[in-house]
Amino acid sequence: MIDKRDAHLSLAFLTVSFIALFIGAIAGLLQTFVRSGAIELPFSIGYYQLLTAHGVLLALIFTTFFILGFLYAGISKTMGTLYDVPRRTGWLGFVMMTFGTGLATVFILLNKATVLYTFYAPLQASPWFYIALVHVVVGSWLCAFSMWNQYYIWKSRTKNKLSPLFSYMAAMTMALWFVATLGLAATVLLQFIPWSIGWVDKIDILISRTLFWYFGHPLVYFWLLPAYMCWYVVIPKIIGGKIFSDALARLSFVLFLLFSIPVGFHHQLLEPGISHTWKFFQVVLTFMVIVPSLMTAFSMFAVFETAGRKKGARGLFGWIKVLPWKDVRFFAPMMGMLIFIPAGAGGIINASHQLNQVIHNTLWVTGHFHLTVASTVALTFFGICYWLIPYLTGRTLTPRMNKLGIIQTIMWTAGMAIMSGAMHIVGLFGAPRRTSYTTYADHSQAVDWIPYQVAMAVGGTILFLAIILLMYIAWFLAFKAPKGVVDFPVGEVEENAVSTPVILENWKLWVGICAALILIAYTVPFWHMIEHAPPGSPGYKFW
Amino acid sequence: MHIHRYEKIWLWSGAVCLTLFLLIVGVSAFAMGNQPPSHMETIDPEKAVTTPPFDNPGFTKVGEKEYEAVMLAQAFTYTPSKMSVPKGSTVHFKVTSTDVVHGFEIPSTNVNMMITPGYVSEISYTFTKPGKYLILCNEYCGAGHQVMAVTLEVTA
Ligand SMILES: [Cu+2]
Repeated sequence: MIDKRDAHLSLAFLTVSFIALFIGAIAGLLQTFVRSGAIELPFSIGYYQLLTAHGVLLALIFTTFFILGFLYAGISKTMGTLYDVPRRTGWLGFVMMTFGTGLATVFILLNKATVLYTFYAPLQASPWFYIALVHVVVGSWLCAFSMWNQYYIWKSRTKNKLSPLFSYMAAMTMALWFVATLGLAATVLLQFIPWSIGWVDKIDILISRTLFWYFGHPLVYFWLLPAYMCWYVVIPKIIGGKIFSDALARLSFVLFLLFSIPVGFHHQLLEPGISHTWKFFQVVLTFMVIVPSLMTAFSMFAVFETAGRKKGARGLFGWIKVLPWKDVRFFAPMMGMLIFIPAGAGGIINASHQLNQVIHNTLWVTGHFHLTVASTVALTFFGICYWLIPYLTGRTLTPRMNKLGIIQTIMWTAGMAIMSGAMHIVGLFGAPRRTSYTTYADHSQAVDWIPYQVAMAVGGTILFLAIILLMYIAWFLAFKAPKGVVDFPVGEVEENAVSTPVILENWKLWVGICAALILIAYTVPFWHMIEHAPPGSPGYKFW
Repeated sequence: MHIHRYEKIWLWSGAVCLTLFLLIVGVSAFAMGNQPPSHMETIDPEKAVTTPPFDNPGFTKVGEKEYEAVMLAQAFTYTPSKMSVPKGSTVHFKVTSTDVVHGFEIPSTNVNMMITPGYVSEISYTFTKPGKYLILCNEYCGAGHQVMAVTLEVTA
């Protein structure tokens, strides 16, 4: 078990993430009911207000807090107890982020910030909403600094030994987060806050959207990388195998840093003001992340197969049978991995230049990210909870909780298959995303979409029940499970794997290349946006 | 760095697929002209209603089976709201917003684009099948976003 003080820091993050998950899930359930026409909201709560709460609390808060809690636990496990300064900085970050989260939630519930989590200008929320977001981001930066600080002290004290894989990946994940959130911080601090307070009258919309999507695309990889950390480092141990290759694992993380950052235009493919040549250039860069994704897929299945064969599996696919399907610590992330295959394929469609025109802003997109972040990432995070919570609280994962976890995973997978499946199909028919219940004055096409929206509500209900079950399991593991010792599974590298090239730990090199790529991808179109900017826009509050 | 033979095969086939995808997308874009709407013209969003041609939004015939729709997107409607063309007509849409960001989508066609205040968005489409086409806003623009739609009728 890790040092109690580190466990507390990690648990603090996990607690906030679970509260956010629960409130966000309630908002999600209600939305599916409203959208299918089953209910109308009481107390003049707005659909878009719920949608804002759902997006902010799940996409930004649940994920970020969970990730930080997981990374702190893993860093403490693999590099040893946190040094004093990193731990203190971590707590400071936690306090700032939690304050920001509370403030944002209050303003969303007061209906002062119904701008969805993408807060597109010139819809204008209360300045407090943007100030709250800044607290979340700056707090997370403190956590990033604290983790890098730990890494740096560890490296200098161990005379530059190769860093533990988990900690290396954690440092890389936070590097990606930091570079990505620079765009968010820039637009919020320089554009949204002065404008919403009234210091300036107008805002440049295209620049704000570009800075937002500069952040919004790598955000997806910030969610995914910790899931990959579980797959690369934790899963091999759980299934009784070995990490396929330390070097390749590190290389894939380097490539994720390089290729997931310099591309946001594919979220803006259909808007004016950006030339199609630059859009296409960023589409090409976007596609590059397929390379590390394929490397990850290969490594994972290589691990599964070698572990299975060691257990005596025969035939081409015999190893599948001997995988520990009844162990939720494996089962939940594995379902996430399998879902990532169609999810990734959908992502390639979305980013494909002109193909985007078919699905842009339809429910297909909503279906897509419910397969990526809400399935692949969430299922992996759930799988982590089942051993991380008992590990941090000094309890055990009982066979009954394991079984409930399996049921939870099946419910989640089934609910998401129904909901996301319906979203994908009706999205292809053109049903718009982020839209309350409507039949557009009984237009025949829109009427035909309703059955799919009912299916979404059915899926959403199953998902909500799965969340209730998850909350029960988490509560039980934290407070009721029998005392005992479970381990933080950290895989070892295959004996005959190649040694890791030192260049992979050359941070200056990778961050430098990353910066260069960003400059190449953004300088010219960004300069054009500033030079040929239309007069800005005043704020509007249309809710 | 040593890479396993199978992994090399896997990554090479991945790289080939990747190149193929990009080649298809690129040829479609640059040789066949299937580019996403990327019009670069700017306009003062607060003066859009007094700036030609948006001071006179409407639907005009500009040629044999060719029409121009100059449209304003504003919370929560489009102007003009009634349009009708015979089957086989090409319509050139020219749209801008007077307030917030809107979407412009015609389901079951490839017409889909963002309407950003300060910019003019353009797209053309040939309607080959008769029917009442829904033009809807697919970008959240406020409390009445779900009613933001007009229809375009294509007569037989
Ligand atoms: Cu609209």
